[in-house]
Amino acid sequence: MISFLTISIIQATVAIATPLYIGALGGLFNERVGVVNVGLDGIMLSGAFAAAITSYYTQSAWMGVLAALTVGAVLGLLHAAICIEFKADHVVSGVAINILASSLTVFLLQLLFNNKGQSPSAPKIGQISNLDSIPILGPILNNMSYLTIIGLVLILLSHFFLYRTKMGLRLRSVGENPYAAQSLGIPVRRYMYLSVIVGCALVGLAGAFLSIGMLNVFTKNMTAGRGYIALAAMICGRWTPLGSLGASIFFGYVLAWQMNAQGLAIPAQILEIIPYLTTIIVLAFVAKRARGPAHVGKIFAPSEH
Amino acid sequence: MAKEEALVINGLKKHFGHVKANDGIDLIVRAGTIHAIVGENGAGKSTLMKSLFGLHQPDSGEIYLWGEKVQFSSPLQALSHGIGMVHQHFMLVEALSVLENIILGAEPGKGILLSYKNSRKTVEEICKKYGLDLDLDAIVENVPVGIQQRLEIVKVLYRGARLIILDEPTAVLTPQEIDRMFEILREFKKDGCTVIFITHKLNEVMALADDVTVIRDGRTVGHWPISEVNEKILARQMVGRDVVLDLVKEDAQPAELVLQIQGLQTEQVNGDQKADGLSFNIRAGEILGIIGVAGNGQDALIEGILGLRKVEKGEILYLGEHINGVDTSHLRQKGVSCISADRLKTGLVREFNVRENAILGYHTGKEFVSNLLFQNKRIDHYANQIITEFQIKTPSLEAPITTLSGGNQQKLIIGRELHANPKLIIAVQPTRGVDIGAIEFIYQVLLECRRQNTAVLLVSNELEEVLSLSDRVAVLYQGRFMGCNTPDHLSKEEIGLMMAGVRPEGEGGSE
Repeated sequence: MISFLTISIIQATVAIATPLYIGALGGLFNERVGVVNVGLDGIMLSGAFAAAITSYYTQSAWMGVLAALTVGAVLGLLHAAICIEFKADHVVSGVAINILASSLTVFLLQLLFNNKGQSPSAPKIGQISNLDSIPILGPILNNMSYLTIIGLVLILLSHFFLYRTKMGLRLRSVGENPYAAQSLGIPVRRYMYLSVIVGCALVGLAGAFLSIGMLNVFTKNMTAGRGYIALAAMICGRWTPLGSLGASIFFGYVLAWQMNAQGLAIPAQILEIIPYLTTIIVLAFVAKRARGPAHVGKIFAPSEH
Repeated sequence: MAKEEALVINGLKKHFGHVKANDGIDLIVRAGTIHAIVGENGAGKSTLMKSLFGLHQPDSGEIYLWGEKVQFSSPLQALSHGIGMVHQHFMLVEALSVLENIILGAEPGKGILLSYKNSRKTVEEICKKYGLDLDLDAIVENVPVGIQQRLEIVKVLYRGARLIILDEPTAVLTPQEIDRMFEILREFKKDGCTVIFITHKLNEVMALADDVTVIRDGRTVGHWPISEVNEKILARQMVGRDVVLDLVKEDAQPAELVLQIQGLQTEQVNGDQKADGLSFNIRAGEILGIIGVAGNGQDALIEGILGLRKVEKGEILYLGEHINGVDTSHLRQKGVSCISADRLKTGLVREFNVRENAILGYHTGKEFVSNLLFQNKRIDHYANQIITEFQIKTPSLEAPITTLSGGNQQKLIIGRELHANPKLIIAVQPTRGVDIGAIEFIYQVLLECRRQNTAVLLVSNELEEVLSLSDRVAVLYQGRFMGCNTPDHLSKEEIGLMMAGVRPEGEGGSE
């Protein structure tokens, strides 16, 4: 029997969606200021790694979270510098970050733990507990990671920031037409740098959830393309926080259902295709109408304009 | 008050690499006046304004604003000193609403919060005061250009500017919209604002300005009260020599039909205006001018004829032959040429050099290729021939096309397109963004084509251009013709109204 909606599927959906929507939110803060970031996957992987080993050495999961944010921010600064300062192609920089992250993490694993596959186990981020007594919601909320909640709060805060504050309006204008923003006295480059750095820090946070939120170890290339799915969720969510959340939950559900359906007569390999196939199909249909910020991926060069 | 100086600029210089964009600009603008700055494209007008607005840092020179020496390092400082600028290429965020565009960067609200309610109130008051009608909730990309201009003006007013700079503001407007705009600018003057008006249209200078400064090759040539100059003097100062814009145009000798179009309807691309039932003929030795505000189906019409856009209905006959759906390269071989509207987008390949651009579209011809290889000697000979014949100034055949001025790029296109002795020339905005000297030259070339029995389809939104060159003028509005007649049977007012969609009474359709 294939079931479509059980408590365990819902729980798994939320857990799987968490790094997707935090990652999509991070991607959004990149693209909203006109910077394409296909390095999401690599930054997520670096965040996961930093979180696991910091948590292991300090024996504090929250120090791990802090480390993931920091590593994300540093990679964000790198990406911003390459795209904004040196005016390089955004995609090339993103791809370089992905390659860097996947090799460097394995290298460091070997160096620190003499193990190419995974890190030693480390303390996990806390979970909600003792809510069994509440009907319906209780079992769903039980065992939910604090990071899931923090992620949801971040989505709501970002929505408020983008659409209800002065800085939010200015930030949106930068990715659409930086020259117009500049002509109105908005410090375009500062907005670009800060937004990319904050966005990438969030992607690092999404990585922390993978290693010390869901599990308690870092394993080699553990993102398994989740950074790209987060990017897809951002596009399907039309570059909005709430839309990204919705799309992430949808992708989360497909992945959760797929895992739930394992062990049935269907070959596992075919089931594993489903989430990625769904991503492609949804993107093909949604992306046609979804339009990103007008200046995304282009070089901002005021003097030559 | 009127005698006080709002802005004084002394010896301003700004170089970009080896290019001296501004090489000694002096400017004195009296407060409470409308001051025109005229000069050809590339004379350095826009660079000057960008220096003033803090978008560029001048290399040397002084700027005094209301008697105070200033040096702005960002537009923010210029804005806070009461300078407002309406840029030639609108500085709008298309995905945002009209209201958001107006308040952007100076949003009302407490602390970090944005108050749409207060913004709306303030903006509505400004619009009411100057009688400027705006739908504040419309998304800018859906708003026509004329309204976008109005939005740019409200943006400047919202920031309380006392010195308003307008860079080529009338390029996208109908004659009526231009009149309306002049009224608004005079209104500003009455309120004590100072207006700097950058243009290359001398009739507008004469109609509006109190004073005028002429800039040529990055330098101030002189400045005068408007009463002391006329268009002829200004033109001579701009170009540095006498300019003959009076065209010698013999009576038309229309011969055989070259192009017949019957009920042309094209598909719509990216939500633009499609051609929606257009019918007209052009004979050999005749110039048909099509005028209309940009975005009224010009692209659809041209692309339809050239086989670049799907024709849904109607017939296109070229020399009696159906050419619906015939591909573009085939048409070119048969003698259809096109001077396209956007030089660097569709006329030339930006990354190519002069030689490569000179053979573009003819690069597969036997003339240039044998045994699959380019015959460089023949190509060079041909390219040099165009360069001499069309007086193109270029450092070499290897020079990247972008190092040529707009006028020289345009001449290269024209040279290339005329080289194959076409029977039909489609000239779209042939003089957009080129200097007076080149305009004069291009006009002569088009008239020469007419003498040589070529049919010319001239599509333009420059009224003067269409009226002085065409044998017949058709007005395009929302993909249809509002009327068609000889230039002497059409007044500018009538054309202006038709461009805005008002059909003249007792007027039939096109022939």
